[in-house]
Amino acid sequence: MYRYDEFDTQLVSERVAQFTGQVARRLAGEITEDQFKPLRLMNGVYLQLHAYMLRVAVPYGTLSGKQMHMLAHIARTYDKGYGHFTTRQNIQYNWPALKDIPAILKDLASVEMHAIQTSGNCIRNVTSDQYAGAAAGEIDDPRIWSEIIRQWSTFHPEFTYLPRKFKIAVAGMHEDRAAIRFHDIGIEIVPGKDGKPAFDIYVGGGQGRTPMIAPQIGTAIPADDLITYLEATLRVYNMNGRRDNLYKSRIKILVHAIGADEMRRQVEEEFTRVKEKGALALPDAEIARIRAYFMPPAYETLDDNSPALDKAMADNKAFANWVKTNVSAHKQAGYAIANISLKPVGGVAGDASADQMDVIADLATAYSFDEMRITHEQNITFAHVKKDDLFALWQKLDEVGLGTSNLALITDHIVCPGLDYCALANARSIPISQQIAERFADLDRQHNIGELKIKISGCINACGHHHVGHIGILGVDKKGTEFYQISLGGSADEKASVGDIVGPAFTEEEIVDAIENIVETYLATRQADERFIDTYRRIGKEPFKEKLYATH
Amino acid sequence: MPLIKNGAFEDDKWVAVDDDSDLPADKPVILSLARWQAERETLVGRNAPVAVKLQSSEAPDALQADLDRLAMIALDFPAFKDGRGYSYARVLREHFGFEGEIRATGEVLRDQWLAMTRCGVDAFIVADNVTLEAFNEAVNELSLVYQPTGDGRKTVMQLRHGN
Amino acid sequence: MAQHTNKRATTQSVTANRLIDGEVVYLTASGEWSDWLKDAAVADGKEACAALLDQAAPAVAAQHIVDPYLFEVSVEDGVIIPASVREKIRMAGPTIRLDLGKQAVSA
Repeated sequence: MYRYDEFDTQLVSERVAQFTGQVARRLAGEITEDQFKPLRLMNGVYLQLHAYMLRVAVPYGTLSGKQMHMLAHIARTYDKGYGHFTTRQNIQYNWPALKDIPAILKDLASVEMHAIQTSGNCIRNVTSDQYAGAAAGEIDDPRIWSEIIRQWSTFHPEFTYLPRKFKIAVAGMHEDRAAIRFHDIGIEIVPGKDGKPAFDIYVGGGQGRTPMIAPQIGTAIPADDLITYLEATLRVYNMNGRRDNLYKSRIKILVHAIGADEMRRQVEEEFTRVKEKGALALPDAEIARIRAYFMPPAYETLDDNSPALDKAMADNKAFANWVKTNVSAHKQAGYAIANISLKPVGGVAGDASADQMDVIADLATAYSFDEMRITHEQNITFAHVKKDDLFALWQKLDEVGLGTSNLALITDHIVCPGLDYCALANARSIPISQQIAERFADLDRQHNIGELKIKISGCINACGHHHVGHIGILGVDKKGTEFYQISLGGSADEKASVGDIVGPAFTEEEIVDAIENIVETYLATRQADERFIDTYRRIGKEPFKEKLYATH
Repeated sequence: MPLIKNGAFEDDKWVAVDDDSDLPADKPVILSLARWQAERETLVGRNAPVAVKLQSSEAPDALQADLDRLAMIALDFPAFKDGRGYSYARVLREHFGFEGEIRATGEVLRDQWLAMTRCGVDAFIVADNVTLEAFNEAVNELSLVYQPTGDGRKTVMQLRHGN
Repeated sequence: MAQHTNKRATTQSVTANRLIDGEVVYLTASGEWSDWLKDAAVADGKEACAALLDQAAPAVAAQHIVDPYLFEVSVEDGVIIPASVREKIRMAGPTIRLDLGKQAVSA
């Protein structure tokens, strides 16, 4: 993974000093809250329902063991002993004091981490595929390009006061685990000329109040033109995005208003101007320098067959279940991709205690070349585990409640913090997730249902990605009471789709039964190997709607 | 409100003139874009400099043909969150080669001076209590830059590879 | 945050967050800020409520609190109860972690 050189280190430490000064000036009254707010947001500091919230950047979700240990230390020392992993591969702390944040940032800087630009109307954390460098069929490691974009976007003087936040995601192959079509800019790496990578660029995707799938604006942009193209796109947005209405200021609104063709034309016009200067052309030397940090780890030469794994699976049903759901194929013989579910039944989706973080850190060091990835679905991936080691790894995970065998199953939810934490929420989301998980806890039943992604948001901002849930749940406030609206058929991958709202919202008492009804409809109508989403795409929403509202 | 230009206090000689008032003779004047566009022909040969103040909704492309006639362009930031002026400054400097003064007006706070400077702004109307020391401290807060702009500073990438 | 306030409410208290640590606080009758809703001043009627909110201004200027706002309450048997789910949660702590927030502090 990327390691800071002296330049990166110096910039982060200067930023810490800068923000420390800003906090001091705020506490001394030299700047008002209105003036301070954008500054603290650009350092990841929100004010939420109960307290401040600090969002720490985890660039493209990648962490070393040492970094995870530091995240645990921060949870223990400055917070209440836990952290929350987010849909942008970051971590959030819910209880830091403003006066402690300079110290937290200093601790983070000591392990090459920061909270820069994790909020505010600027370019946010660049997210990517958690299987980067491990999945077969990858065109190029998307983290190389994510890192290049990260540096270009950090403290970018022109794009610090955009009309609104800006989110970029990069996928290294057509199979999309990074939801690129629902980002302000989504990038798919494709084969380019002379064996170099090139980029298809999608612009104007997003969720929130107005979910939109990004149209493709750029085709096979050559590697050394990537940053030039992004700068042109951001400039068009900065100059033309709406600033009169908070709810219409994302780039997706601009693209929708002027149309993809006109957007492409404006971007290409600006691209030509910027390219003429040549200042943003990416030198081969820099690409090579960053690529060197993402070389394959020192794999052992192994048989792809692991008798030890086979035996362990035969002897231990619980372990076999875990392998079935949480382990994916690796391109290197004898290795596997292991996923750690942070969705135990009865837990809070995406949360990990400081103790769990410490265990995860040590296990990553021991079993996955000291590296792990946070996924946008709020789980953790160990990308390079020897098949021979899977059983030992699982046993240690299981000891600390991290061995849940439910990846992508009906109890593996994306959930926003909701009204339990968030000042923007209209309804609680976490208890709904817990109730659904409890109802479907039986593992045999979960396996029978198969892949079914439920995503839950506590308000229209859609931080829980409900628009792209196979089943999406949106919490709303109707005259002071929490209600839950269901949508079906959303998908965040390369077969991108926005879910269809099925009908009137359900109460907290009704929502779990509603999910049961949806599942029953699926089980009654599915054919062959159809997953829920496949059946939905075949039969549409009517059968589900009928069942849901038959006696409603 | 004092003017800081190129890192030093300067007397501000410019006079802002609204769209309906007469132009004071022999004084450097700042006009709105609308007035400039309406009167540009009659202003040829004026014996004092002319500047145009762009609102945040007015992109500098409108002035591209006139840059050699303008000694200064003022970019207005009606709210500090309105970041369009940063792009306008860069377009003026880097695409159009404008070499006159680019002045930031409106809600221009300490924590924006550095980014504005990098984008090509070289003059700031600041609050009464601002010292040069505070100004210099602010614009030097980050000693390295990742991105090239027209300010010519070497980027981290260039330093890394000895360019 | 004002976005969730009921504009037609007439019985209200004032709340804010403490600047230095973000703690939820409530304006008392003596113009101080308490961590506990039970200490909050309750105002009845539009004018009294507006006057109560005005009393928050010095604490903002003194960098003690941020974003003060009015929220609807009822008083039952001398106990102040927030009207909204949101303020009930804000008063107590996350409903899914009863070991966190004000609800976890022994009286």
